[in-house]
Amino acid sequence: MLEIKNLHVEIDGKKILNGLNLKVNRGEVAAIMGPNGSGKSTLSYVVAGKEDYTVTEGEILLDGVNILEMEPHERAHAGLFLAFQYPLEIPGVATMTFLKAALNAQAKSRGEEELSPGDFMKKVRAASAKLGINPDMLKRPLNVGFSGGEKKRMEILQMALLEPKMAILDETDSGLDIDALRIVAEGVNAQRDPNHAFLVITHYQRLLDHIRPDTVHVMAAGRIVKSGGPEIALELEERGYAEYIGAAA
Amino acid sequence: MGASVVMMRTPAETALIERFNAEKAGLPGAAEARAEAFARFEKSGLPSKRVESYHYTDLRSLLRNPAPVAADAVAAKTLKLKGFRRLGFTNGRWQGGESAPGVSVKPLADAYAEGLVPGLGMGQSSDVVVDLNTAFARDGVAIEVEAGAEARLHLAFSENVASAQSITPRVIVTIREGASLVLVQSHEGPNAVAYQVNEMVELRLGSQAKVEHIRLNQSGDKAMVLSNIAATLGEEAELSTTQLALGGETCRHQVFVTYQGENAKSAIRGATLLKGEQHHDSTLVVDHAVPHGESRELFRTVVDGTAQGVFQGKIIVRPHAQKTDGQMASNALLLSDEAGMSNKPELEIFADDVLCAHGATCGALDENQLFYLQARGLPKQQAEALLVEAFIGEVLEPISDEGLRDVLAGLVSEWMQARVVA
Ligand SMILES: Nc1ncnc2c1ncn2[C@@H]1O[C@H](COP(=O)(O)OP(=O)(O)OP(=O)(O)O)[C@@H](O)[C@H]1O
Ligand SMILES: [Mg+2]
Repeated sequence: MLEIKNLHVEIDGKKILNGLNLKVNRGEVAAIMGPNGSGKSTLSYVVAGKEDYTVTEGEILLDGVNILEMEPHERAHAGLFLAFQYPLEIPGVATMTFLKAALNAQAKSRGEEELSPGDFMKKVRAASAKLGINPDMLKRPLNVGFSGGEKKRMEILQMALLEPKMAILDETDSGLDIDALRIVAEGVNAQRDPNHAFLVITHYQRLLDHIRPDTVHVMAAGRIVKSGGPEIALELEERGYAEYIGAAA
Repeated sequence: MGASVVMMRTPAETALIERFNAEKAGLPGAAEARAEAFARFEKSGLPSKRVESYHYTDLRSLLRNPAPVAADAVAAKTLKLKGFRRLGFTNGRWQGGESAPGVSVKPLADAYAEGLVPGLGMGQSSDVVVDLNTAFARDGVAIEVEAGAEARLHLAFSENVASAQSITPRVIVTIREGASLVLVQSHEGPNAVAYQVNEMVELRLGSQAKVEHIRLNQSGDKAMVLSNIAATLGEEAELSTTQLALGGETCRHQVFVTYQGENAKSAIRGATLLKGEQHHDSTLVVDHAVPHGESRELFRTVVDGTAQGVFQGKIIVRPHAQKTDGQMASNALLLSDEAGMSNKPELEIFADDVLCAHGATCGALDENQLFYLQARGLPKQQAEALLVEAFIGEVLEPISDEGLRDVLAGLVSEWMQARVVA
């Protein structure tokens, strides 16, 4: 589904990703763990198409197609979704208006009819209820004044509505209380099937108790330094990153 | 330097003086007010950028040829609004039409003949553009809303000129005690004609009167538009005035609000969208002459191309105007590298127990917000439009009439779409 080959990325002349290789298969849930500043968010931004970064080498393939030349919205239309570590506040844009614009833009790109206002409302209401989002929140400007946890739930609501085939979740668990963590994990698990893939960036085993990953990758200093099964996360929990920081340097 | 500097009269000043002398005998009524106003103009001349309040809009060099008075013309098509009593004006002249219950409308000349005096809304302020309007205005209406009445009026101004002509209407609205008025004032005119408008609306609010005023500038793209609002607020009166400005080549919108009764409130708002080589100046003077007044100013300006926006806002709190609460904000969004914005908020506070603040910002669209929207599937232009419409939307949101708000929001969205095509 997602294949990243020998990715080198700089920002303002500073090298952040150093020949990163990663493959996430269709239907797979992969987790990335790694110390602060190792480049996890950078990776997620570069995959989503943020402009500030310079890719000096490498490829990012989505379903075999190199997406590096694509605009961010084209990547979204191709089925990519990024749940932001720090979701942006958009003053003056009602959450509902935004959700509608996003859904319609994606429907249009697939040549589908826009949802009728009634169907749209129903769909959003149902998805919000599952995530424990109060419908009143949808009238408020997007993310403005939302608590940390509310913002993260809103990211998952967007994922639930857009049904991306490849979703990257950047520390969606941070800031969530115990119940919210479970609800968000259920949101992910509900979409888990042979056609959807997830890349879950996290610092904590806790999330992985709820979303059982198929593979776990360790990232340090801008590369994947170890890959394996869920047991890796447990090892990290015990021993920390010391051995990898040494290895990557 | 100083008072001894005598400026040469510009040809425009000379032409205005000759015109006034030639026309004054035929100008309808208010002879004394006209003479006083014109005397002030003769003394000061057209303000150059050396005059502080005209620093960013140098009228002396901008107004080169005062255009001849516009002739009568047939009405052009204009904006139609549902739920408003419509008064049509062509080239500044009222085209008649029925008035609403509790409202009297008469030609300015008739009102002057009955003793109505212009300029009372200016408080202690004086201004050259206002003076020129006072001196030359022949067209316009006087409107009176009876005590306790409720009215919704649409003053639909359309200019139908094919050459450079000038239009100088004056509207004086008296809103009696406890009356309530929604007043929409729309201005439309032809593109590619360098016509000149100097238009003024006086709003005299009695105690507990409520006025919601909305001005729409869709003037032609070569027009020079000088627009003036002067409002006086009686006790517990409430005024809001909002302008959406899209048209004109060179515009200056002035708002003077004077608090005459205690516990009055005003909200002054502006949404301005500029492109090409447009210049738009919003200048406010809010004069808290009595205690316990509240004022809120919110101006949002979007500037594209090489256009230039100006915001000058002055809140004056007179020595005994204690417990005044004034909050002023001007925010600008620059959509191109060559777009410019000058912000000059000023507080002149002579009382000690007041709450006044101002803030001004100026910047480009937020790249991170844009990326967030794009990452959800919105093409860049749509993401930009959403952010710009939201930015302007906060100014339009308080407008109570939903139909009108939708019309205005639609114009903003068309403006963004036209930008993509261009
Ligand atoms: N605009 C920038 N200019 C310079 N350095 C940057 C910029 N953006 C990110 N970096 C640096 O890149 C490195 C990787 O940052 P990134 O946010 O990708 O880390 P991360 O692995 O997501 O960390 P965390 O676990 O704390 O979220 C950090 O050292 C960061 O300071
Ligand atoms: Mg991060």
